[in-house]
Order: sequence, then C-alpha cells, then structure tokens
Amino acid sequence: MAKLTMVQALNQALLQEMKRDNTVVVLGEDVGKDGGVFRVTEGLLNTFGEQRVMDTPLAESAIVGTAIGMAINGIKPVAEIQFSGFAYYAYPQLEAHASRIRNRSRGRFTCPLVVRAPYGGGIRALEHHSESKEAIYAHTPGLKVVIPSTPYDAKGLLISAIRDPDPVIFLEPKRVYRAIKEEVPDELYTIPIGKANIIKEGADCTVVSWGAAMKTTKEAVEEIEQEGKSIELIDLRTISPFDEEAIIESVKKTGRLVIVHEAHKMLGLGAEISAIVNEKCILSLEAPIIRVTGYDVVFPFFELENEYLPSAKRVKDGITEVLAY
Amino acid sequence: MPTKEVGRYSVTYLQILDESGIVDKELEPVLTKDQLLFLYKTMVQARKLDAKMISMQRQGRLGTFAPVKGQEASQVASAMALDQDDWMFPAFREAAAYLARGTDMKGILLYNRGSEEGNRTPQGQNNFMVAIPVASQIPHAVGCAMAMTIKKEQAACLVYFGDGATSEGDFHESLNFAGVYKAPVVFLCQNNQWAISVPRQRQTASATLAQKAIAYGFAGIQVDGNDALAVYAATKNALDKAKQGGGPTLIECITYRMEMHTTADDPSKYRSDEEVKAWEAKDPIKRFKVYLQQKNLWDERQEAKLQQDVDAEIEKAVQDAEAVPKRRVDEMFNYTFAELSPRLQEERDTARRYQIL
Repeated sequence: MAKLTMVQALNQALLQEMKRDNTVVVLGEDVGKDGGVFRVTEGLLNTFGEQRVMDTPLAESAIVGTAIGMAINGIKPVAEIQFSGFAYYAYPQLEAHASRIRNRSRGRFTCPLVVRAPYGGGIRALEHHSESKEAIYAHTPGLKVVIPSTPYDAKGLLISAIRDPDPVIFLEPKRVYRAIKEEVPDELYTIPIGKANIIKEGADCTVVSWGAAMKTTKEAVEEIEQEGKSIELIDLRTISPFDEEAIIESVKKTGRLVIVHEAHKMLGLGAEISAIVNEKCILSLEAPIIRVTGYDVVFPFFELENEYLPSAKRVKDGITEVLAY
Repeated sequence: MPTKEVGRYSVTYLQILDESGIVDKELEPVLTKDQLLFLYKTMVQARKLDAKMISMQRQGRLGTFAPVKGQEASQVASAMALDQDDWMFPAFREAAAYLARGTDMKGILLYNRGSEEGNRTPQGQNNFMVAIPVASQIPHAVGCAMAMTIKKEQAACLVYFGDGATSEGDFHESLNFAGVYKAPVVFLCQNNQWAISVPRQRQTASATLAQKAIAYGFAGIQVDGNDALAVYAATKNALDKAKQGGGPTLIECITYRMEMHTTADDPSKYRSDEEVKAWEAKDPIKRFKVYLQQKNLWDERQEAKLQQDVDAEIEKAVQDAEAVPKRRVDEMFNYTFAELSPRLQEERDTARRYQIL
C-alpha cells in the first residue's frame, strides 16, 4: 500500500484495469503524450500504444459520440473531457444516445462507457473551469453519476465505473486532485456505485456532501463536535442513482439534516435529497433541512471563488442553525 | 508576392443506369440474377409499404413518420453492398435500407405504432436503431469502425444521413475523426434536395456535398442516387476500400424526397408541383424495371405476381403488428439500466397500480 494523491490513484486504476481487460481504451484531448492536462493518463500511451490511448482531435461531441460507437461494438471506452465546462458540447450525445441505447434497443445494444471530467472550483482557474453541474446528468435517466472525494474512493469507484454495464459520468473534484494523499491498496478493488459512505456515525444531525465539498464539510463537522455535538457524516459518492436509504435511515436517527454542495442551490441535488426526506420521513425531522451550497449566480472569476464556494464557516453555521432549532 | 498552388481537388459524378433505363455496359457492376431481383423486389416493397403507412397514419393507425418514396435506390442498393458482419447506422427515413438488411415489415410497423419493440434488432444483425436528432448517429458509425480496427475485424460501417445533416457539427466532427483514424466507414449522404422546407442551395454554399470529404483528407464522390447500379457500385467500392485499410469515403447520392418530410409536414408551402413532377421522370424503380426487362430478367407476368405478393405480405405484416397487445408498464422501466435502482422499483410499482388497461 502506498500513499497516493487522487490523480495517482486514478492513474493506477486506469493502468491496472487496462492491463486486466484489453477491451478498455482511453480517448480524449491530450490524454496520450501529454498524459492529460492533470496527468491522470500519464504513462498509459507508452504501456498500451496508440490504439488504446487515443489523442483525439479537439471535439467533445465526437469524443463522446465515437466512444458510444465503440461501446456498442464491444470496446469499453473511458473518454476524458478536459474540463467539465466543455462537456456541454457532448451533452446531446449523452442525452440523446448514451443514456437511451439500452432502452431504445430493448437491451439488444448497450453502452458501457465512462466519461471522466475534472469538475468544481477552487483552483484559481479560468472561466468555464470551475462549475459543478452534476445535476444536469442526474436529471437524465439512463446515466449514472459518480463523484469521488478521496484518492481511495477515486480508484475503487473508477474501476466500478469501467466495469459497469451502463454509461457512467465520472466527475473528479480537481480541488482534491493533489490536495490530499492517503493509503491506496496496490491491488484492484471496487466500491459499489449507488451506495453512500457513512464516514462517521452520530446522533444529533446528519450532514450529507460529496466531492471537494467533503473536505470543507469535514472541517466544519470536526469543529462542531469539539463543542460536544455528535454528527453523522455521509459522503454520497454516487449522485445518481443516489443512496436514498442511507440518508433516510440516518435522518430517522438524528432528526436533522444539512446538505452541502458546490453546485447552485436551484435544483441542485440538495433539492432532491430534501424532497425525498420530506416524502419519506418528515415526521422524524426536528428542524427544517438546510442546504449550504453555491449561490445561484454565474460561477465568479477566481478572485471571488472562495466567496461562492461553501466555506467551513458557512457549513458550521448551517449545522449550528439546524441544531439550535 | 508569388503564390504557388498547394492543392487541387476534384469530385466525380457516377451514373450507370440513366433515367430511361439505358445501362453503361463498361460500368455495369457484376450482380447475380438473384441480387438484381432482390434489389428490385425490395425497392417495390419499400414503395408499397410507404404508401400503406401514409394511409394508415391518416387513419390514426400509425404515428408520425418520415416517408421514403423516391429514395429507394439510394437505400436498398447501398444496404445491399453490406456484408453480414458490417454495421448499418440509419437516420430516421431508412425503412428501405432496413428492409434490404432483413428487418421485417412488422418491426417497422411496430416502431411506428410507438413501441420500442420495433427497434429490437435480431441477434446476429448489426443494424443500429432509428436516430432522430439530425447527424447525431454519424459519430457512432465512426466509433464502431474504430472499434473494428482495434479488434482487427474485417468489417466496415455504413451510416445514412441527409443533406441537412451536413450542416451539423456532428457531421464535421465525425468526418474529421474518420479521416484522422482512417476508420473503415462509409458516409452515405442522401441529398434529397430538401431539409423540411430549406432547399439544398440554402444549406451550404458548397457546389457539392461530396467535396466536404476533401477537407477531411479522403475522397468524396457524387452518384445518381436514383440509379441503383451506381449507388451499389460506389458503396461496394467504398466498403471494399475501407476493409482493405483505405479509410473512409463520403458518397453523395443525388435523389429526391417525393413525399412530405414527415406525415406532419405540408410540402406545398415551400415547393412546386412542377419540381416534383420533374423528378418523377427520374424515378429509381421505373428505370430499374426497364433495365431488368432489357436483360430478359423480368416481364409483366412476374410484375403482376410481385405486386400481388407484396400487397399480401404488407397486409399480413399489418395484421401481425396490430395484433401485438399493448405492453405492460414494466416495459417502460426494464431497460433504463441493467438493474433497476430502488427508486425505479418504487416508481414501477406505482405505475403498475395506475396501469391503463
């Protein structure tokens, strides 16, 4: 076992899974010689050659569109979109085709592909490089959406995504890419898609988050616990289909819920989680559900990005408010 | 400043069987009697099924669909050039190509009765499903062809689209990818002169659609799309080239949409009867019949029998399709993912309780 960053863990997942399964290929802009702009695909070209590690022309729709064509013909493509802010050009292919091929053909054809994209803010990037639009994909039946928050999760979830029989959108929080190192097993392992990770159990309030916001949320939770409160912290890991049961069971126990995400509040996944809790266990609630999220504004240029992103202070205040109700 | 020429390109036009049914003996492709009769029979099937479907749509027995009349040669002759292991990627007007690839009429009717069952390609057939967003199916053919290269398969892909599709980004991105990866794919553009109400000359300032291939580093050829022999020869040639590692080809079939865009469209708003009449003289089926007769492969007695047989076949397919009972609501859920999520199971149970019987 070695201590790896998320970038290294993702790289190891790709390397090992491509060695295990020679139908797995990687394609995208600058994924070959350059190893990807964040180096997630570093070294793969040398190991597997140009047919399995394809530096593509600069065209997001064709990257995903050709990946679909490969997937229906027995290849397992892992397509990289350089930044999730450019994935909109490929969205028609995901919505009109990848998500529907199983249904449209009554299972005669399937589309097991992975679209990886760095997402989220906090790295002083240019415009279009910082948004969190996971809800768009979650609102598209037939797509699975996975967001890891740690190097360990990143490796296990990416391997699961590659082995999944259906299309998976795999959003990588670039704020975490090199921010933390943790022990990652050397061997191949999977983490189930659709299951949340209960990071720590607690009695007074449930806090749900995912991706880069997990780190801020953890800081806030630690501070609150130092004040004598007990928080149940859940990392959702899969955005769609998300683990409703884990959240419902937790809220039944704690009676309180705070949801933290970087995405805009309006129709962000927090809204769906809140609605499901209302439908399934409103009588367990001791306080209104609070969402601590990005604001409903255009993601700001980086001078103000830390004002936009939920801070530990904002998360802590949200939890405190719910606890005090 | 002196200049020098850095490139010179040309586009050729191929016609083998002219409007009156006279064949160019030097260019005539080698087809067996069975192949020639299959070609003719399938075009007649497509024409008659089309007419039946329009009347059924008017009676409320089918949903909106895109008629194929006029484009039978472009579709049947090109699909016939495919081998069993090749893949076909249609757009939404390819009933004739489907028939040529062995899809039964019942399946086509079921699709147009609003059932995904009509899209259930039989195992062993590599026919992809109807793709409605214009040009969006083109990258799939390229990706599938790239997979063939990776898997070292001796096969190729054929993808259909219209003149309107050549304005879409997916068309250009796909041709570019195909050129870069030398993918074994044939792009078959049915230039039927109209993208709903917008004529070909308003779609692009290019003199031909075929020449667009040149920008992506491979050949484009224009053929008389109402000449089944030219379409067959060009497609077969392009498929053979693709399978031998020669990369992609764009074929522009010059043809005409004789009917409305879809059954929801009224073409009298944007084009004249005279224009349609002029194209009737270039009909693909009429001239092919003359060709068969001149080869002594066809006579009026055979023609009468074919007409009768196809009518009976269509009637049977209609009866079979209309006898298929409405599906249960489970069918709406079962193919979203390989496995139903807990939420989908819940929603399915709700839908079952409210099933409209």
